[in-house]
Amino acid sequence: MRQKFNKVQSTCIPIAIDNCNTDLIIPARYLASTTRDPKFFGDAFMHDLRYDADGQAIHDFIMNQKDFSEAPRQGVHEIIVAGQNWGSGSSREHAAWAIAGYGVRAVISSSFADIHRNNLLNCFILPVVVSPSFQQELFQSIAEDPQTQVLIDLPSQTVTNIATGHSEHFPINGYKKYCLMNGLDDIDFLLKNIDNLPA
Amino acid sequence: MSTFRQQEPRGRTLFDKIWDAHVVQNVEDGPTQLYIDRLYLHEVTSPQAFDTLRDKGLKVLRPKQIFAMPDHNTPSTASEPLPVGVRQMEALKRNCKEFGISHFDMGTKDNGIIHVVGPEKGLSLPGMTIVCGDSHTSTHGAVGAVAMGIGTSEVAQVLASQCILQQKPKTMRINIEGELCKGVTAKDVALYIMAKMTTGGATGYAVEYAGSAIRNMSMEGRLTLSNLSIEMGSRAGLIAPDDITFAYLKGREYAPKGEAWDKAVEAWRQLRSDDDAVFDKEVTFNAQDIAPRITYGTNPGEGMAVDECIPDKRGQADEADFLAQLQYMQFTPGQRLLGTPVDYVFLGACTNGRIEDFRAFASVVKGRKKAPNVVAWLVPGSWVVRQQIIDEGIDEILEEAGFELRLPSCSACLAMNPDKVPAGKLCVSTSNRNFVGRQGPGARTILASPLTVAATAVTGVITDPREML
Repeated sequence: MRQKFNKVQSTCIPIAIDNCNTDLIIPARYLASTTRDPKFFGDAFMHDLRYDADGQAIHDFIMNQKDFSEAPRQGVHEIIVAGQNWGSGSSREHAAWAIAGYGVRAVISSSFADIHRNNLLNCFILPVVVSPSFQQELFQSIAEDPQTQVLIDLPSQTVTNIATGHSEHFPINGYKKYCLMNGLDDIDFLLKNIDNLPA
Repeated sequence: MSTFRQQEPRGRTLFDKIWDAHVVQNVEDGPTQLYIDRLYLHEVTSPQAFDTLRDKGLKVLRPKQIFAMPDHNTPSTASEPLPVGVRQMEALKRNCKEFGISHFDMGTKDNGIIHVVGPEKGLSLPGMTIVCGDSHTSTHGAVGAVAMGIGTSEVAQVLASQCILQQKPKTMRINIEGELCKGVTAKDVALYIMAKMTTGGATGYAVEYAGSAIRNMSMEGRLTLSNLSIEMGSRAGLIAPDDITFAYLKGREYAPKGEAWDKAVEAWRQLRSDDDAVFDKEVTFNAQDIAPRITYGTNPGEGMAVDECIPDKRGQADEADFLAQLQYMQFTPGQRLLGTPVDYVFLGACTNGRIEDFRAFASVVKGRKKAPNVVAWLVPGSWVVRQQIIDEGIDEILEEAGFELRLPSCSACLAMNPDKVPAGKLCVSTSNRNFVGRQGPGARTILASPLTVAATAVTGVITDPREML
């Protein structure tokens, strides 16, 4: 959960769903857990798109297709390329736990919902905002070659499509970048800064 | 030393005023450390936050500013909660006891949905910063507060430090000018705005609602409107407090009393956007353009007037998404939904679980009968609301019309308790989300106002409430 983030180079899972809400990322019935067990949440990731009511894999869904079904490991499927407005709706951080539990380390999209973006950062998953044209180029490259690699370099804040060599700069504030690169969370920072609170 | 001509001070927005008053520090090249007046907790998004405190050996910094209550898992009948729900509710009770936090237990008179109970008890007051691990925390902004949904890591931060780190959002003002038409409620206004703004159209913004239609809106209506702010991606939704706000809050259990009340009101009257305040974005709609609304797709922005036909977006850029939504809903482009048979209706949730919503529902079903093909779930948002329904005799009107009043709960809004809409069934609902599977795996949801839900409940088909007023 608190893995330091520097560079990630990996193949990607393309989830080209616009406005993919956190109810889709993790259905409400999986919110009943009182722990953060990564396996439990990883298994619940995109559950109702991956499995039908009988628990059978839905073959049409991208994560069940042979090029994208392998669970993430170093260099493989550690990055999601997502449709716009990723993570809208419910504030459930369980969605970020599901993404982390599945083994994903970064999500690339043209836009993120505000609460979910904060949740990703607090779980040491990097939300990478790119232009809609770069996002489409990534979808295109992955469609042409599922082995397409993408490099995310946090220190230089660049994301590179290895297939085309195209790069983009992505935004992140200096504070959060430092936290991610050093595995520090906000609670540690806040506790050092509570001497001057209002009465 | 100031030889430069000072810049004219720019007017500030309501949001700026409340935000600025709570800034502890602006972190260099980072977010703002914001002081939080009120934290609400429920059973679903708090257990892991308490674990964080225990793991780090921390205590709760200001437990008196925190209030907890179970709502998502509570059943709306006398039946037992689901076992997984019991585990979460027990955890909340245990954690509150361990850390000295007020806890309104299931089945007690103080319990209900947080976003109904907070304003109702006077715990949410003008000028406050309010957070909760729940996206519909935006509701509380209706009293003139900055209220935001947060994640569980942030819940832990507030427990430990009474602060969060947030990037200051941009500001937007949405004006609704003019008088609302007969049969048009705050819910319809919200659904109209969502359709115009789209589901992600206010991402990155805090939205202030203003204009004559808002000034004339009841407190319950304002709470409904603010509730739905998150459905266009807005970080917060708020309304300047006025005499309607003060009349609603006066005498509430936790509101200031006596001289303290008078002083508070005097201060709260300053909580308005300055006349020369500049918003990053400003949008104005005409109240007369708004009809009773229904949704047809699988996000709250995909809606239309109840008597319109579903648009045909084939050939447009978002064709694939549009067709996927209609396929799930089992609708076709161009279809008129009036007259479509429904299976379930749901009145309740933090969106429409207040007394005014039950009065509206009762005004339509009075002297009529529930359609036999419809299963109706009528779920008050709190025990206070439920008592008020009984005190006003609304329960008798409902009973005569063939409806049963249930017990306070989030109920069928999110399929975490026994109230789940079965796969394939169509539910016309006053809740806030028509997402795929939201009311149960495979359930199909149409969002509407209490009036439209009531009209539909008695006819058994999607009905324009204006025909029944």
